[in-house]
Amino acid sequence: ASCLQHRLVVRDASSLQILQLYTCLDQIQYIEWSSDSLFILCAMYKRGIVQVWSLEQPDWHCKIDEGSAGLVASCWSPDGRHILNTTEFHLRITVWSLCTKSVSYIKYPKACQQGVAFTKDGRYMAVAERRDCKDFISIFVCNNWQLLRHFDTETQDLFGIEWAPNGCVLAAWDSCLEYKVLLYSLDGRLLSSYRAYEWPLGIKSIAWSPSSQFLAIGSFDEKVRILNHVTWKKITELDHPATIASKKTIVYKEVEKSPTVDTERLSFPPTRALASSLFSTQSKYEISQVPVSLQYIKPVADRANPKVGVGMLAFSADNCFLATKNDNIPNAVWIWDIRKLKLSVVLEQLCTIQYFQWDPCQPRLAVCTGSSRVYLWSPAGCIVVQVPGEGDFQIMSLSWHSSGNSLVLLSKDHFCVCYLEREEV
Amino acid sequence: MGDWKTITVPVLSSDSRNIHPYTSERRRSPTSMNSQVLRLSLPSPKNMHSFFSAFCTEENIEQSISYIDRELTTLGFPSIYAESKGKELNLIAIINCMNELLSLQHKNLRAQEEVEMQHLKLGSDMDHLQNCYAKLKEQLELSKREIVGLQERDRQLQSKNRNLHQLLKNEKDEVQKLQNIISSRATQYNHDMKRKEREYNKLKERLHQLVMNKKDKKLAMEVLNYVGRADGKRGAWRTDKTEARNEEEMYKILLSDYEQRQKQLLLENAELKKILQQMKKDIISLLPPQKQKPKERSEDGLVLSDQEEDIGELNKENMWELSCETVREQLTNSIRKQWRMLKNHVEKLDNQVSRGHSGALNEKDVISREDHELETEKLELEIQQCKEMIKTQQQLLQQQLTCDDDTTLLLQDCYLLEERERLQEEWRLFREQKKNFEKERKSFTEAAIRLGLERKAFEEDRGAWLKHQFLTMTADCKSENATTPSSDPDIRLMKSRHRRIHSVLSPTGSPEPCQISQYITPNSVASEKPAADNMPNLWVESDDKEETE
Repeated sequence: ASCLQHRLVVRDASSLQILQLYTCLDQIQYIEWSSDSLFILCAMYKRGIVQVWSLEQPDWHCKIDEGSAGLVASCWSPDGRHILNTTEFHLRITVWSLCTKSVSYIKYPKACQQGVAFTKDGRYMAVAERRDCKDFISIFVCNNWQLLRHFDTETQDLFGIEWAPNGCVLAAWDSCLEYKVLLYSLDGRLLSSYRAYEWPLGIKSIAWSPSSQFLAIGSFDEKVRILNHVTWKKITELDHPATIASKKTIVYKEVEKSPTVDTERLSFPPTRALASSLFSTQSKYEISQVPVSLQYIKPVADRANPKVGVGMLAFSADNCFLATKNDNIPNAVWIWDIRKLKLSVVLEQLCTIQYFQWDPCQPRLAVCTGSSRVYLWSPAGCIVVQVPGEGDFQIMSLSWHSSGNSLVLLSKDHFCVCYLEREEV
Repeated sequence: MGDWKTITVPVLSSDSRNIHPYTSERRRSPTSMNSQVLRLSLPSPKNMHSFFSAFCTEENIEQSISYIDRELTTLGFPSIYAESKGKELNLIAIINCMNELLSLQHKNLRAQEEVEMQHLKLGSDMDHLQNCYAKLKEQLELSKREIVGLQERDRQLQSKNRNLHQLLKNEKDEVQKLQNIISSRATQYNHDMKRKEREYNKLKERLHQLVMNKKDKKLAMEVLNYVGRADGKRGAWRTDKTEARNEEEMYKILLSDYEQRQKQLLLENAELKKILQQMKKDIISLLPPQKQKPKERSEDGLVLSDQEEDIGELNKENMWELSCETVREQLTNSIRKQWRMLKNHVEKLDNQVSRGHSGALNEKDVISREDHELETEKLELEIQQCKEMIKTQQQLLQQQLTCDDDTTLLLQDCYLLEERERLQEEWRLFREQKKNFEKERKSFTEAAIRLGLERKAFEEDRGAWLKHQFLTMTADCKSENATTPSSDPDIRLMKSRHRRIHSVLSPTGSPEPCQISQYITPNSVASEKPAADNMPNLWVESDDKEETE
């Protein structure tokens, strides 16, 4: 599904054929599929309206109007039948039910990056709240939206919460002014708290491993600390230095190769294909010899939210690899082998890395840097894939299909789907 | 001696009663003897003579004799007078005295020599000591200066040290100050943030109230129709029961997670224990048998074996009692002990090897080392072989992939040419066959057309013949019935009819092959007439046959 202004276009994933076309009342800011892929919600923040469309019955419609309360965020509940709207100024979260047309309210939600977290199996929802300058976490049962637990957290300013994939542990972390990670069990008990250091800027990103065995914490001091689930203590610290000296890491460097042009075949006026091939540069990966020094950027010291530290963390689906990005070295993706807890590969790109995501089935990583190429890495090697077509297609973000067979590449106003063929053995 | 001279001359010139000069002489003689050691020497004979002559002249012989007697008696010698108050000299006494005096003189000389020697020695010693003293003084001076220099340096370093300490303290203080500043600022910021948050909350509350109070008509949800729940169940009321159930479910989930984790941990533990036991067995097997070992070893070994047996039994028994603390401790302790023993053993072996002891141990080591070396050599050979194989394979691959462009092109061309020729051949054949087939098809179609036509004609003829036949048959039948009275005229009729029909039919059969054969020979034109002619001929024949019957 994609939205354009006030239209919602639903296409088939394998053929990109347009299946449905819906028109909403206002410009759509956010769309989300329900978990059973039967409904799509379109949120229009300016008007405070959420419209829900059904795929099975194109005539079915639903409109939720928040009125003067305004709308800041909207999302589905894991059972696909309730919509949670966050009103302006985070006054409250309204839970609208599509089954019963009933409404529930959650008061005092916290205005933070990840204030609402659902467990993977969709049973429980944790909401971060703040009352009287103190942070609380409420755990609700998604079946009937009953409050299960309500407890306070020892954080100064709760920044985010995330469930472990096994649904039994909730990680809550503080804002970047303080390095603190608190781990709560499902019933609200504090299992452990971890604090690496006191004064410098703290946590930037957090990721759970798919088996819930590890919690990776990326911080502003350019290090990733991994906690284990048995003792909740740090088992290792992964450093991101600007020089890589170890012989066991492979460094792939993206190198531009300028296309060779046959001067005899130049015609005037130049054909379109020729022009595009002249100006589009090809690139490929080369293995650099260790030791390699990467481009290191020292940020301006007096600005808030500096581009320092480990900003992106992702575990692979098979729990074998961890991909990180150090914002000081914005062109490199670091891939760590979790079984050995060592750095295994570094991908050095030409431009700043915008986004990367692991394949949900295999250990394959797709990286985009804002150029018109998507980069794929797997333990077997890495390749550069050029998006064919004329003009610039600057890939800003990408998303894998849940089967791992295709990728959606998004630029500012276009998107394309990249299909990956499976090799027949 | 000069002194003697000078002194004694005026003395003798005066009266004999010269105690004064004697005393002075006496006085002088010891002083001269004491102080002027060096100048002491045997007076020269001249001086002696002169001296002797100066002392005793012809005039004062008696005086000198008496003087000498007095001197001698004072010195402890017997008097030289034969008797007291006699003027006769005891020659023997005189000679004795002289001898005594000579011996005394010798003694004195010797003593003098000795004293002189000692004097010299002492002098040289003194010189030596003085030199030493001077040197030592110099050294002392030097060392004093050095000490002073070192002390200076020491002082400087100490002052530097103090400075650095001071700096360090300052820095630490600064750091502490900064930390305090930071913490105070942090608390200040927190306080301010809290204040602002409270304001903000108040605003939010106010806004919330406004929003709720407004009771927007718009605040609603329009749904075309209700949607069923995802799991098909109906919604339930929120009651205590549901709350309890929720709690239950939550605890169930937690418990199942813990159980799973515990299972995993148990498995891990069991595996690790197995590994430990294996290790223990291996270590025990590694340790050499306790034959010629020193007593301690054997004792330890015996003790160990006892312990091992115990532990083995225990372990066998308690394999399944995995959480038994004592068993765990025993296991780990026993492994530690074994490991220590193994370490000691290896160290001893190393020592022995380094010392170059011979014996069973060494041989074992040597043998094992040799084995080791052999094995390593073998492995190295294998590695080399493998590497070579890999290289050759790589080369072959490379050749395959990147052989000369020309040769590949030629090869490809050759293959292509071959194929092309083959294809051409086949094409030719194919075309010929196609032509043949076309011809045949044409002929076949023509034949088919003709056949169709002929069949039509034939059918017409047949129809006509049959009609005729029937007509004639009835006529015949009448005539036959009249002539031959048969029992089964009908059967006969039938038979004859059959026969005729057969005979009619058979001719129909035969012309066809004739016709077909005619068709096959395209040149010959199929004629209906012969068929038709045949027909009547045959008919006639059958008729004749019938008639004969």
